[in-house]
Amino acid sequence: MTDNAKKIKSEKKTGSTISRRQFTTGVAAAGAVASVGPWYIKNARAADPLKVGVLLPRSGGQAQIGIDCQRGADAALPILKNLGYPEMKFMLADFETKVDIARTQTAKLIDEGAQIIVGAFDSGATMAAAQVCEQRNIPLVVNIAAVPKLTGMGLQWVFRNFPHGPMIVKDAFINQKALFSMTGHTPKTVTLMHVNDTFGSSLAGALFKLAPKFKMPYKIVEKISYDPYGRDLSAEVRKAKASGGEALWVVSRLNDAIMMTKEMVKQRFEPMGIMSTGPGWYDQEYMKATGKFGDDVISLVPWHDSNKPLSKTLEAYFAKHHPNRQVNPNHTYTFEGIMIAADAYKRAGSNNAKALQAALRTTNITNNVTTAERIAFDKTGQNPHVKNSAVQNRGGKNLVILPKSAAVAKPNWPMRPWRKRG
Amino acid sequence: MDFWTLANALATGLLTGLVYGLSALGLSVIFGVIRIVNFAHGEIMVMGMFFALIMFRWLGLDPLLSIPLAAAILFVFGYFLQSTVISRVAHLPDHMQFLLLAALAVMIVNACLLIFGPDPQAINISYSFDSFDIGENLIIDKSRAYAAIAAVAISGLLLGFFKYSRTGKAIRACADNYLGAQVVGLKVSHLYALTFGIGAAVLGAAGCVLLLLIEVHPYLAPGYTLLAFVIVIIGGLGSMTGALVGGILIGMSEALAAIIFQPSMKSAFSFGLLILVLLLRPQGLMGKSVK
Amino acid sequence: MMGLNLLADLTLRGRICLLIFLAILISLPFWSSSYIISVTTITLYLAILGQSWNLMLGFAGLLSLGHALFVGVSAYMAAYLFSVLGLPPVIGIFPAVALAVLIGMLIGYLGFRFSIGGVYFALLTIAFAELVRIMVDHMGLIGGTEGLFLQVTEADRQGFDLINLRGHPWMFYYLAMLLAFLTLAGCRTLLKSKLGYYWQAIRDDQDAAQALGINVFRYKMYAVMYSSGIAGVAGVFYAFYQNSLFPESVFGIERSIEISLGPIVGGVGSLFGPVLGAFILTPLGEGLTEFTDYLQSSGLIDPKLKLNGLKLLIWGLVVALIVLFKPAGIWPWLNEKLGFSRKEGE
Repeated sequence: MTDNAKKIKSEKKTGSTISRRQFTTGVAAAGAVASVGPWYIKNARAADPLKVGVLLPRSGGQAQIGIDCQRGADAALPILKNLGYPEMKFMLADFETKVDIARTQTAKLIDEGAQIIVGAFDSGATMAAAQVCEQRNIPLVVNIAAVPKLTGMGLQWVFRNFPHGPMIVKDAFINQKALFSMTGHTPKTVTLMHVNDTFGSSLAGALFKLAPKFKMPYKIVEKISYDPYGRDLSAEVRKAKASGGEALWVVSRLNDAIMMTKEMVKQRFEPMGIMSTGPGWYDQEYMKATGKFGDDVISLVPWHDSNKPLSKTLEAYFAKHHPNRQVNPNHTYTFEGIMIAADAYKRAGSNNAKALQAALRTTNITNNVTTAERIAFDKTGQNPHVKNSAVQNRGGKNLVILPKSAAVAKPNWPMRPWRKRG
Repeated sequence: MDFWTLANALATGLLTGLVYGLSALGLSVIFGVIRIVNFAHGEIMVMGMFFALIMFRWLGLDPLLSIPLAAAILFVFGYFLQSTVISRVAHLPDHMQFLLLAALAVMIVNACLLIFGPDPQAINISYSFDSFDIGENLIIDKSRAYAAIAAVAISGLLLGFFKYSRTGKAIRACADNYLGAQVVGLKVSHLYALTFGIGAAVLGAAGCVLLLLIEVHPYLAPGYTLLAFVIVIIGGLGSMTGALVGGILIGMSEALAAIIFQPSMKSAFSFGLLILVLLLRPQGLMGKSVK
Repeated sequence: MMGLNLLADLTLRGRICLLIFLAILISLPFWSSSYIISVTTITLYLAILGQSWNLMLGFAGLLSLGHALFVGVSAYMAAYLFSVLGLPPVIGIFPAVALAVLIGMLIGYLGFRFSIGGVYFALLTIAFAELVRIMVDHMGLIGGTEGLFLQVTEADRQGFDLINLRGHPWMFYYLAMLLAFLTLAGCRTLLKSKLGYYWQAIRDDQDAAQALGINVFRYKMYAVMYSSGIAGVAGVFYAFYQNSLFPESVFGIERSIEISLGPIVGGVGSLFGPVLGAFILTPLGEGLTEFTDYLQSSGLIDPKLKLNGLKLLIWGLVVALIVLFKPAGIWPWLNEKLGFSRKEGE
């Protein structure tokens, strides 16, 4: 293998961004079919690695989660190879946690030859990327993004294997009812705190719309939205404390989760419990930063099914390569995103965009990692089978508490008061 | 709205405001004397924050203990900057001065980016999760209290310097009467450089103090530059007590706005206040009429 | 004809250079990549905004650091009318630009009436832009933080629909070029008109102009109106080119600063300055990206080292050097050296 090809392979692992010049030089030197060349040759050779553009926030406010997602993507390469899936080549892009840059980076990826895009974790960024993909006729496989509009605008090139806002909220309600009945403690009032971005706003909206339909036993007494670029959350937390809600429902990101917890401890705000629908609160980084104060938070999020054989393979991989990290949705959904791309490529037999799109539409994977019984897409590009679990932080670990069939522990609800922790 | 919630909000706002005031002091000093609008204000402060971060990571130093060194280093930086670079644009129109400082700001932000990376970084100090209880209902965040005390101390030092020391008086003379100062024999360019150095040093201290409250990342800066301007205009450009008063005012009004309205609108409140002040009383609350 | 008047200002050398430049621009899509086309489209867009910004500073004497406000309100208005009411931008542009001009008038009025100048005015513009940004963040009607999206399909991308502004990237490219040219020619016409002479009088000595009976307030307002109007037109272009608007990326202060950089670097107050500035800064930025990529790929710098920030660091340095050594901007200096335009005895 030539030096340049070796370099590209090593860059995949270290996660640097491949520039146009780098990529074409490398590919040409390696003697593979370059991005220049007659289209019919490119389309015919299904043996070529599929060029997968991986769009994630690798810097800026959501960098930690983006880098975490990449771990899932990196795990996919060797595992999928063992399962007989065709080879893939990653083209890494960083949208720096800025929606605008997501748009330009997606265009850049496509210009540089990406045949399919996987991403982007952030709802706003994914919307922007989806628009570009739709215009350029390149499939987008969404690893994580909950905004319903993504599969509600009639887009033909977007495929999402992740629950959208109403699905998350619906399952959250069901799991909450189970939680309350299991522990015998039902809050009469709930305060909602959400980050004022695409993801937070859409989830909050879904919450308000669906709560009456599900006849939830509590009333939402306060809705607090906060600025995603805010400097500190003392005022927000104070407002939550003053609102009198017995339990706290949060929709946030990682850094806000940490700040919020600190403020809650400092202001001695002790709700019955903290329920989160969203990222951050189950993250290793969160538990590291908050220590014992990060325990007992319940995340109502889609999780993986530890009993599935592929899950076990993934967990084994992580045990070997990331021994201090527990497998979480950042990893599993990005892993499945890559798997979806590989699977489509295998069945399409070509990397032509329309062929990939047709193959994606008929996806039917049952050997997967998450709690969804299968990965398949409906007319709108949404996987209707995705399910949500309830996971609680305990001593630096995420323990599944619901659904009962997958539970490994009994929930701590109400949460232990701050002062009474280890 | 519960009384104690309000009281707690105002107390927190006051403490935060004192820290804002310290940062605004740096801007006020520079503008009041040299008449340069320092658009790299937030960036210099962020340098101070990163310095405190390194000191904490390498030596386990509480940011408050890093203040003297941070101030000293940034003093030298500021002195050097003024005497070699900024003095050259003093006679140029406003927009060129703005551009130079904006370019400088971009350079500082990206140097920080290169060295520290773009991700937000916070310190986890032993008292990060602690609070003081005053009476039954007033809860004061420890880090915020320490930060405010440090801010008051440094502000006091600065005010004292300008009021009582010989150099301080000389600097004030330059500000009040440039020509007169030269006639009297004061070495103005040196004093200007000193002033910028002092302004930068104050920012270094403010940065150390701020690290106790928030996490640092390179893109933090523009927000703080803007905030400092709002404070200084409302308090009165050129008035140091004005900067402190403005800081407290903004701190408290932001806290109130967050409680009464939506927290995500609290900056809107500050900007609205700025517009009103600019229109109705541009010299600010305590400034002399400068137009 | 407007265009020919433009040529009248230039020396023979200037005209030749302009013609060569135009030839390159017009032929660009035929020989370059889609990436370069999109970069050049944005450069042209920034050149238009630079001219608009230049009007406000050069002729009304107002330093605007919140120019993104005018662009943004117009963009949102046109986009909203299109996405909700189905109003094609060729019609929607009128209310959109009207809104931008109205807001410009408001800010201009406040500035003049309250005698706010210099730095204070700049801060006023920043405050307004930020205020509107936060307000739009909370306005669910036009998308709020979730953004306002214009439906666009692959079919749209093939066409050349100027009425609905749906089309091939080439369409947008030539449209941007046309708009930039019209802006340039329009500004020149304004400058040579009576209005332009009043403006220069006001710029050179406001009090003397006032004493001579020139209604300073009115003419300054005209400058502000033209400035915000042009920005509004650019805003409509932006909305339909990008197809998605977010408050942060439309009204953010980085946008306003970006608009002001071209003319300052190129030369405030001159006609060609903003254009030159835009065409220096963008290729500079892209070139630096290529350079830093090259440093990494050629092994001079360890590719594993994350180098985000190097490009902008060097870029900031270059801009600082330009300010220190060529404070009047690059166009006047270039002009001096290479004699592109006739001296006007000014």
